[in-house]
Amino acid sequence: MSQSMERIYNGIIKENPTFVMMLGMCPTLAVTTSVINGIGMGLSTTAVLIVSNLVISLLRKVIPDEVRLPSYIVIVASFVTVTELLMKAYLLSLYNSLGVFIPLIVVNCIILGRAEAYASKNPPVPSLFDGLGMGLGFTISLTAISFFRELLGAGTVCGVQVMPSFYKPIDMLVRAPGAFLILGLIALAMNALSIRTKANDMVEGGGCAACGACGEDGKEDETAC
Amino acid sequence: MLNLIIIIMTAAFVNNVVLSQFLGICSFLGVSNKIKTSLSLGGAVIFVMTIASAVASLLYDFVLDPLGLGYLQTIVFILVIAALVQVVEMFLKKTSPGLYTALGIYLPLITTNCAVLGVALNNVTDGFNFFQSVASGFGTALGYTIAITLLASIREHISENDIPEPLRGAPIVLFCACLMGMAFFGFGSIG
Repeated sequence: MSQSMERIYNGIIKENPTFVMMLGMCPTLAVTTSVINGIGMGLSTTAVLIVSNLVISLLRKVIPDEVRLPSYIVIVASFVTVTELLMKAYLLSLYNSLGVFIPLIVVNCIILGRAEAYASKNPPVPSLFDGLGMGLGFTISLTAISFFRELLGAGTVCGVQVMPSFYKPIDMLVRAPGAFLILGLIALAMNALSIRTKANDMVEGGGCAACGACGEDGKEDETAC
Repeated sequence: MLNLIIIIMTAAFVNNVVLSQFLGICSFLGVSNKIKTSLSLGGAVIFVMTIASAVASLLYDFVLDPLGLGYLQTIVFILVIAALVQVVEMFLKKTSPGLYTALGIYLPLITTNCAVLGVALNNVTDGFNFFQSVASGFGTALGYTIAITLLASIREHISENDIPEPLRGAPIVLFCACLMGMAFFGFGSIG
């Protein structure tokens, strides 16, 4: 039990995929225009993460080492397709606003990264909780970013007007450049707190090899988000 | 013909893949230190994305759609892209070792550059035919190359300046990307 809690804590705080590991930047920047979209993207990624971690962990002794990455991709892609079809059936408006980023969960570094770094080496139950922790960490980060963008960019939270009527929304924040700006400010704040993050390594030149998802030997063929 | 040129221009500038659609951010931020490496990566992406769009379009029109298997597109496309990158890599290694060495590690990296899968899926969503898909793939890759090369040239200049400590690394690059995004935003009014 304590190990499960440790995995969840690890995913949310210690190795937060967005703010600490800087993984999965594409959906982070693209869908955080409103809180609903942020939560929706976070939760659907969490669902895929939990199930794919569980299945990969169960199959870890069956899958030959040489073909493990293609196998992981097929497993992840299957669950992404299931999620996509379920969302299309029950959450059509969310499905429409997230658009191409639902199928693109397949190439989210976080999922392949956890499969490679954790689920392929650990038993099913801790892997499941690892997926849950990472997914929640991702969801919380997306919610935080989208909260600021929606509040300042449109004056609303979850579509409800919260800013006083004299507040003039900064339209740019919900458009494309605003995403870079908000993330830049967050990275700046974290640098200023002199937290040594992997972000610097990533931008200083490690590229995706440094973003951890490629496995510890830096095999680069499977992650470029 | 005019139609195809419009698709290329729209994909390259108005809907720039990196700055307005947020695809391929990882390599955009990670591999933009030097103009030379950015251009190599851009070349490799143009090559792979054009071919991937063509193959994905043919597969969807002649295999998946007639069999009613459209919902399998995500799985099929990612496997096609992975296989394609592998084939291109082996082909280049055999026929032009010079280009192969120049592209180096960037070629395999393209497999999971989400821009490639994103374009293939968008082409299907937009209902493009074969030629339109190829044009859109080429235009998108061109836009990617332009964006990453511009960012690399900005970063080459930045590296010679004295930047406040907290801004070094990720923040300054993200702010540059933000300003570039605003500049590209101007192309929107043309479309």
